[in-house]
Amino acid sequence: MSEALLTVKDLKTYFYTSGGVSKAVDGVSFQINRGEIMGIVGESGSGKSVTSSSIIRLLPAGTGKIVSGSIDFDGTDVLALNKKELLSFRGKDVSMIFQNPMTSLSPVFKVGHQMTELIRTQQKVDRQSACRLAEEALMKVGITDARRRMDSYPYELSGGMCQRVIIAMSILSSPKMIIADEPTTALDVTIQAQVLDLLKEMRETYQTAILLITHNLGVVWKMCDSVMVMYAGKTVEYTTCSNLYHNPLHPYTWGLLDSMPRLGSESEEELSTIQGTPPDLRLTGTCCNFSNRCPYASEICKSVVPELKELEPGHFVACHRQGEEGGLMRGGVDQT
Amino acid sequence: MFKTILIRCLQILPSLFVVVTLTFILTRMIPGDPARAVLGPQASVQDVQKMRETMGLDQPLVSQYKDYMIQIAKGDFGVSYSYNQPVLGLIAKRIPNTLLLAFPSILIALIAGLLIGVTSAVRQGTLVDYLFMILALVGVSMPIFWLGLMLVLVFSVHLGWLPVLGMGSMSSGIGDVIRHMVLPCFCLATIPTATFSRITRSSILESIHGDSIRALRARGIRESVVIWKYALKSALPPVITVLGLQLAGCFAGAILTETIFAWPGMGTLIVGAIDNRDYALIQGAVLVIALAFVIINMLVDVVYMIINPNVSYEGGF
Repeated sequence: MSEALLTVKDLKTYFYTSGGVSKAVDGVSFQINRGEIMGIVGESGSGKSVTSSSIIRLLPAGTGKIVSGSIDFDGTDVLALNKKELLSFRGKDVSMIFQNPMTSLSPVFKVGHQMTELIRTQQKVDRQSACRLAEEALMKVGITDARRRMDSYPYELSGGMCQRVIIAMSILSSPKMIIADEPTTALDVTIQAQVLDLLKEMRETYQTAILLITHNLGVVWKMCDSVMVMYAGKTVEYTTCSNLYHNPLHPYTWGLLDSMPRLGSESEEELSTIQGTPPDLRLTGTCCNFSNRCPYASEICKSVVPELKELEPGHFVACHRQGEEGGLMRGGVDQT
Repeated sequence: MFKTILIRCLQILPSLFVVVTLTFILTRMIPGDPARAVLGPQASVQDVQKMRETMGLDQPLVSQYKDYMIQIAKGDFGVSYSYNQPVLGLIAKRIPNTLLLAFPSILIALIAGLLIGVTSAVRQGTLVDYLFMILALVGVSMPIFWLGLMLVLVFSVHLGWLPVLGMGSMSSGIGDVIRHMVLPCFCLATIPTATFSRITRSSILESIHGDSIRALRARGIRESVVIWKYALKSALPPVITVLGLQLAGCFAGAILTETIFAWPGMGTLIVGAIDNRDYALIQGAVLVIALAFVIINMLVDVVYMIINPNVSYEGGF
């Protein structure tokens, strides 16, 4: 079953600040099928989070704006939704899990109150049924003493417990898609694994598609079906997870992979890094954004923006050099 | 929580002791002689001396202080020289008048301030926001005596809509008292309204840029609920701090407003007492006001704990 659920085409989200126009997302296209888990990876500031916020149109009012592109969700044009439709779209069709569970719940209301409030905005039920639904949802995510937890304030729960509550809230309306924006970054490693397992289980049980935003490639290997690598607001590589693992093609992806510590490698071995820093997002869009850090960059990279091309079936790469005859070989240039 | 409240209650005693001592010393430092103030400038030196002896002012300060402390400990606030009445009775008569003016003013200021503050914050950077904040600035900076006089000039003298001064009397109906309250209440509410507006605005701005508000929006909660329920509740603590101070301040009466409108409240009572060197009355009034301050501050702390229970664990009293 590979029916498209979310289709994003040439999405551009810019931020208008006093210092200039920052092209946070500059032409991103991808597709998520029903029940699929897609990952977006990239370093901080690459536009992963802005992409996800753009999908539910939750951008800072006044400064952030979707300037072009289209977002189609299950036959609905998201960019054409009015305020009221947008509210129901956000709660019911797509739900979002944020990075820091401790700050994603309001500190001044009890967990149960926040859950029932959400249930009652989504469904026409009385307070008692809402309470019961909330309790059931908490049990589903593995919280055993649900009653007692509902009577707690968020600060009385641990980070992992909070994230479970948030996941429970995100499945209340049986959404078609969950956007998880770095759901495990703020948690410790053992809890991370539990939360990821839980997300995977939600996918198995409810056929929910998940858009997983992370900067951790390990999480991608564990969770995702397809993956998009972003750099400076652009897609640099987009393919299936196994393709990216076995045959990564973009030099930036190579850099990311090389900078991952490997189990069993010599402990003395120095971890490789990508030289330089990402470009200023106000100045991008005139050449390949990665050209100033790319060891393979040639003249064309510094003057023409590379297009995202399907180099192999289902494997999209935005690189001039990789598109040339013969292509590039990973590790073909001495990086030191 | 109850333990915290108990500890706070015990902390009241030393504060009050300090207040009583300081007021005792300060009243003795005001130049002028209470006996002379009571008898008038025509009285002979002998009469004044006699009066001083009856008032106990011929005793050394230390023994006066000791007597006063014992008296206070017994709950006796003494007798006012100038009114020749028990101090406590005088204060008890004036406080309701003062509160009649103060509570409605603070209530109006609180409601108006919250409305203005939240609206400004939600529309940050728009014309509405600038307009409200300029008004708030004017409100804080305007001298109250000038505002009071202008209000009287316009609404009482020129338009003749409202009475010039006094508090009317219940015998001519509650409407009469309310008509007398309008101008002084407006006057008294101006500064608190402006203060509440500014504090609410900055506190709401801080809370609506937080993650939890973003998460609420992402979950499709209506914007009005997000702002008026979630953002407002987490933004309340600083507003409540100011509210507590303002409420406590109420008990001291509004000296300027009460004087302009000849309102028989605590403010005019204290000013009169200072003029007459009425030691017992000054000390008694200050003690009552201080008591109001510490009790209300304690209540503010309790309200904090109710709004944000996290406080009681982090506060570390």
